[in-house]
Amino acid sequence: MKRMAGFRNLPMFVTLGLFIVMFGTGSIAFPGFFSVQNFLNLFIDNSFLLILAVGMTFVIISGGIDLSVGSVLALSGMVTAKLLEQVHMSPLLVIPIVLAMGTALGLFMGYLIQTFELPPFIVTLAGLYLARGLCYIVNLFTIAVTNPYFVAAAHAQVFIIGTSFLSPGAIVAIVVVLVGFFVSRYTKFGRTVFAIGGSEQSAILMGLPVARTKIAIYGLSGFCAALAGLVFTLYTLSGYGLNGSGMELDTIATVVIGGTLLTGGVGNIFGTVLGVFVYGTIQTLIVFQGTLNSWWTRIAIGFLVFVFCLLQRLFESRKARAAVRGPLTQPAGAGASQG
Amino acid sequence: MSWWKSLSRSNIFWALVALAALLVFNLFFTPNFMRVTIREGHLYGNLIDILKNGAPIMLLAIGMTLVIATKGIDISVGSVVAISAGAVAVLIGGDLAGNPKYPILVAMAGALLVSVLAGMWNGMLVSRIGMQPIIATLVLFVAGRGVAMLFTNSLQLWLYAKPFAILGQGYVLGFPFDIYIVGFILLVTYLFTRRTAVGMFIEAVGINPTAARFSGINARNIIFWVYTFSGLCAGIAGLIVCSTVMNADGNNAGRLFELDAILAVVLGGTSMNGGKFYLLGSIIGALIIQTLTVTIYAFGVPADAAPVVKALVVWAFSLMQSPRFRLTIAQAFNRGRVAA
Repeated sequence: MKRMAGFRNLPMFVTLGLFIVMFGTGSIAFPGFFSVQNFLNLFIDNSFLLILAVGMTFVIISGGIDLSVGSVLALSGMVTAKLLEQVHMSPLLVIPIVLAMGTALGLFMGYLIQTFELPPFIVTLAGLYLARGLCYIVNLFTIAVTNPYFVAAAHAQVFIIGTSFLSPGAIVAIVVVLVGFFVSRYTKFGRTVFAIGGSEQSAILMGLPVARTKIAIYGLSGFCAALAGLVFTLYTLSGYGLNGSGMELDTIATVVIGGTLLTGGVGNIFGTVLGVFVYGTIQTLIVFQGTLNSWWTRIAIGFLVFVFCLLQRLFESRKARAAVRGPLTQPAGAGASQG
Repeated sequence: MSWWKSLSRSNIFWALVALAALLVFNLFFTPNFMRVTIREGHLYGNLIDILKNGAPIMLLAIGMTLVIATKGIDISVGSVVAISAGAVAVLIGGDLAGNPKYPILVAMAGALLVSVLAGMWNGMLVSRIGMQPIIATLVLFVAGRGVAMLFTNSLQLWLYAKPFAILGQGYVLGFPFDIYIVGFILLVTYLFTRRTAVGMFIEAVGINPTAARFSGINARNIIFWVYTFSGLCAGIAGLIVCSTVMNADGNNAGRLFELDAILAVVLGGTSMNGGKFYLLGSIIGALIIQTLTVTIYAFGVPADAAPVVKALVVWAFSLMQSPRFRLTIAQAFNRGRVAA
């Protein structure tokens, strides 16, 4: 059992190794790369991605997918900016409204997926369209946020060591990660998510509240997306309908790099954090390098997704071979296994 | 009543109803929607525009149908469109006098070759390495636009070689040229899948790959070629996209096309769970999307807000296709009848 657990976490350790190697390479190659602040910047610059990725990890562990998160992020940013700047609402009201909106959209999608057995891919794809379109119904153009509380929060620095600091958004992200880790490991909800991903049928037979949990998972992802939208608004101090386009796939990529299996049942929140770190470090490296254009980020991320999936396949086939060691050995090249 | 039952249960039926409903709606509420006029020997009008602008999505949908039939998915097609557009633009070159760097046909063949290679890459990952389709194609989805930008050196290339414009802007016998391309690919695909056993093999792989393999079908090769074909379709779509605007924009060419293509296939009645596929249904699906878009614009909804309607249609449509939903509705009806 213990060996099995180590086996499962291997992709995460590979990611950890990769992160250390990449950060180390950067530190050797570029003066000024290795600093506490540069490490903390990973949290600051990727705070919204971290929050999205935590929600997405739950969804993917359960065997589902949520393509709507990038658009929901944009929509919550847009609604926040609108309510603050044009309706002149207090941030104390705006924040709960936005969070409730994201959660409600997620719950609705979860309801469709669970109750009518619709494919998550299609339902959340429509969610992507819906939220993206709603952004432009809220406002066609960028709304700058000038609300004093938001501006103050955006410029606030929380000093950690000496002059190295974190932004409030980064702190929110860290809290989300810690809560996410606790929920996934030590609560009934978290264990049920893993059980559903392992085998939904078995989870039902075990008497777990599968229906309720599945709907809640998408609600959670919607909540995370809305929260990420608020943090993103802090980061850019504006709401714009094009924000976060394509971010859903970046999020999925970081979750995969973090060692969560897309087939469900296996995953780790800390792995996801490392996935986001690797993603962020690639970007930082390219910025420090200076001559490479930012498109290399995309290519590098694509390549990493490829390598990690290859790795996962390798583990899976090894596990399968170990399981079928006996008279019923699978014939060579046992067909293309489809999700 | 039995013919009605069989018709209303056929998977293509709802797509046709939706398309018809949209057209009828427009007939009444959008002035001049149905009017097709002849100008300079070409047909003009909303209906022609729907065909013309829908061509790239229709092409993608043809390839995607076969992929989805094998229980797969190809989310890289939008990026492959960008790659193909970038490749053809680089090979033709931005010479202001319109002299192509390489002969236009060679340039097009080069772009298609690159697209086929992209498709083969996807096919290899899914069929040989056994990756999940969504992840295997995610690799190229993410990296593909980067590759397209490398081709064009992150510039937007403008093309001036006139003959290349025929592909996306030309007319033959009054109809836009790209419709003939779609028609040709559709016909070839239809004949190849329905007049040979290939279509059945594809469906068998989608329903149960293991069973298909035990009945002697080379499931791995089927899957490999299906993705390769999807790459080819995306390549052709990329040529059309590039030719329509005479520009290759690695950032925006084919953006969100993968989603529209998947949507078209699902609207056309092919299930995401693989198995039976309906090529014609996917074409109708693409037409629904395009008609919907035109309708939304005709009502003065800002282009950017159009996805809201699209989303509601998708939800409504997938609900109608859900057996569970139909059952719930049927039960509600029956209960009503008993009560009455």
